Amino acid sequence: MIAYIIRRVLYAIPILIGVNLVTFLLFFVVNTPDDMARMQLGVRRVTPEAVEKWKAERGYDKPMLYNGRAEGLARVADTIFYEKSVRLFAFDFGNADDGRSIRHEISTRMWPSLALQLPVFLVGIAVYVTFALLMAFFRATYIDFWGVVLCVAMMSISSLFYIIGGQYLLSKLWNLVPISGYAGGLEALKFLALPVVVGVVSGVGSSSRWYRTLFLEEMGKDYVRTARAKGLAETAVMFRHVLKNGMIPILTGAVAVIPLLFMGALIAESFFGIPGLGSYTIDAIQSQDFSVVRSMVFLGSVLYIAGLLLTDISYTMVDPRVRFE
Amino acid sequence: MMFVPLTTDILVWLLVAAIAAYFIYVRRQPHLLVPWRRVTQSAYGMSALVVLVVFVTIGLLDSIHYRPALERKAGQGAAYSTEVLSVFDVIASPLRDRRERTYSAPFATRAYTRETLEIQGPDGRVRQVREFPKLRWGGAHLEDETGRGRDILVRAMLGLALGSLVWFVLAGASAWRQAHLSKRRLGGAWRAIWRGETQTPWRAVLITAGVLLALAGPALALCAHYHVLGTDKVGRDVFYLALKSIRTGLIIGTLTTLVLLPLAVALGIMAGYFRGWIDDVIQYLYTTVSSIPGVLLIAAAVLLMQVQLDRHPELFPTSAQRADLRLLFLCLILGLTSWTGLARLLRGESLKLRELEYIQAAQAFGVRDTRIIARHILPNVMHIVLISLVMDFSGLVLAEAVLSYVGVGVDPSMISFGTMINAARLEMSREPIVWWALAAAFAFMFVLVLAANLFADAVRDAFDPRVRVGTLAAA
Repeated sequence: MIAYIIRRVLYAIPILIGVNLVTFLLFFVVNTPDDMARMQLGVRRVTPEAVEKWKAERGYDKPMLYNGRAEGLARVADTIFYEKSVRLFAFDFGNADDGRSIRHEISTRMWPSLALQLPVFLVGIAVYVTFALLMAFFRATYIDFWGVVLCVAMMSISSLFYIIGGQYLLSKLWNLVPISGYAGGLEALKFLALPVVVGVVSGVGSSSRWYRTLFLEEMGKDYVRTARAKGLAETAVMFRHVLKNGMIPILTGAVAVIPLLFMGALIAESFFGIPGLGSYTIDAIQSQDFSVVRSMVFLGSVLYIAGLLLTDISYTMVDPRVRFE
Repeated sequence: MMFVPLTTDILVWLLVAAIAAYFIYVRRQPHLLVPWRRVTQSAYGMSALVVLVVFVTIGLLDSIHYRPALERKAGQGAAYSTEVLSVFDVIASPLRDRRERTYSAPFATRAYTRETLEIQGPDGRVRQVREFPKLRWGGAHLEDETGRGRDILVRAMLGLALGSLVWFVLAGASAWRQAHLSKRRLGGAWRAIWRGETQTPWRAVLITAGVLLALAGPALALCAHYHVLGTDKVGRDVFYLALKSIRTGLIIGTLTTLVLLPLAVALGIMAGYFRGWIDDVIQYLYTTVSSIPGVLLIAAAVLLMQVQLDRHPELFPTSAQRADLRLLFLCLILGLTSWTGLARLLRGESLKLRELEYIQAAQAFGVRDTRIIARHILPNVMHIVLISLVMDFSGLVLAEAVLSYVGVGVDPSMISFGTMINAARLEMSREPIVWWALAAAFAFMFVLVLAANLFADAVRDAFDPRVRVGTLAAA
């Protein structure tokens, strides 16, 4: 088991190096620091001196890959590639364009993100599984049919409309919760209620429908027929056999998402004014702060790979039939 | 008049040609015809198809662009307007040209906000009053504004009558065809249609067409004299904007698949068929690409493209061409980030197929690998490709709205669902709220995506072998 985990972790390293190279190519080779400077300072009427100054302030005035003027190790180390890309492996993200430390921002902003995403995740799974099980239990009846119709209709609504609709109904018409904003401590509950509800509701369509398919697939299997042949009640079949086996792909699929919960929800956070990583990323994209975007790309990939790792491990733990190769 | 084939136009028409060629090919292949027959027998699939056909027609009309000629001055060559128009713009010119100054509610005859007007009183003095000014176009034909309700009703009825006329023609045509095919009398054929006993679900098709015509007829009859869905901040007709958004959504949904298809098919099959180091390299490639958060990769690439576009303004004679290139680039990026899922599926399927006896027999006979892939593997994974293409479409249309909200979607000057929602977001906080632009974007987008989802379901049910076994067992 431990050897298996170690091997999986080692697999992740070349992928992270690949991600790092891709971001380096995108942010420094396709788009040179000169371009970035001109974009920040305004495309027209910008003097070469201003560009040089901007680059020097942010450490973009070094050579790309190899510094011929330096001595020893500094030949490789005193370059943009080392300073800006390799350092990401140590989670040293540098400073944003406004001079603030990105690492500090991430460590403070990931908690509001998690406070929003974790309830969405947990409540979501409970709601989706219940709904899916209901449809599977009443399969081939009107409940099932209209349930699927509801799912397809809900899948066809853009997530933006759920947010706008939720804000309008709950905050503006019924005055139940504030439209947007955030506060620490218990006060946060008031602000998080609406985003959590919206987050859960917007996922009902696709997730419930997918889980329903999983449950139905499970119900077509031989062991279910055996259980019925033994004379078990339909509820016992559903809850003791189908639910347990159907939860394997659902839970292992859900485990993959857990690390990404830290990244927050891009759109929801900026709509609801929650100071999490999602809104941080959107702000960075809109103000064209490349160093923040680059850091978030790297962080997102690390968390995604961690999720893959957790999935593999949870598979082996939940399902004894899966063996370590 | 000078035709300006935008790059996306050319690709869209090539795609139309490719789809047409595919269906001509399918007609001659009985084994491919069977699943498509099954699609045409699905009631909800055909209803969705009717809606999609309407949307696609609008989108295609909107994909023939030209620059209108300006009046020729003496001694000069032909000059062309910098504005690029499409055939659809010409058809909808009553909608496009009637711009108000700012917001106005649906069917309004007066503006939404008060303005200071100067009115000449009976004594000849000019007074200033705060009032809702009359719209330039909306209800401008009315002499008396109190007659508005009656006028709307009369025109709507006229439109409805026109719609019903078209519907009766359609119903008659389908009944005649049904009678012809089943060698029955017209009345009997009509009863069969009405009871839903026909092979092709004509009843569902006619009901869908009826609903569409009942909405479109009055809308068309009214839109020349009123703004049926109101106007936006700069006074553009929202109905026109919603119709124009269709093309953008369709292009994102289709051209992206054009990019991801060759990548996913080639790499997925190669990985599964050759295995060994080729498999390792390709697996590494798609794991790396899929581990980068999609939105961020798209955002990064779009930001970079913006820099490049800003640097070369001379490449684009018109702003439409610039916006078009940005749209194309967005499709390219979306394609480059979303090929991994299909590639993974195809790799798994090819791994399974290569162990089958007929492929091992081909290998034993010394058939070249490229030929085995083309003749034996590719045709047997095509159903997966087709299913995933139609399933991806709706997701891409939805993604456009989100990306445009983040600011990395289509060009802000391009009309799309995303830009409409983005603009409408701020209007929700106005008092009284401006709800119509958002409602229009919601309704059009919902119908388009719902139709795409339903059609995709019908295609999946018809092509997925697992589903077929299940339904046979149930029947």
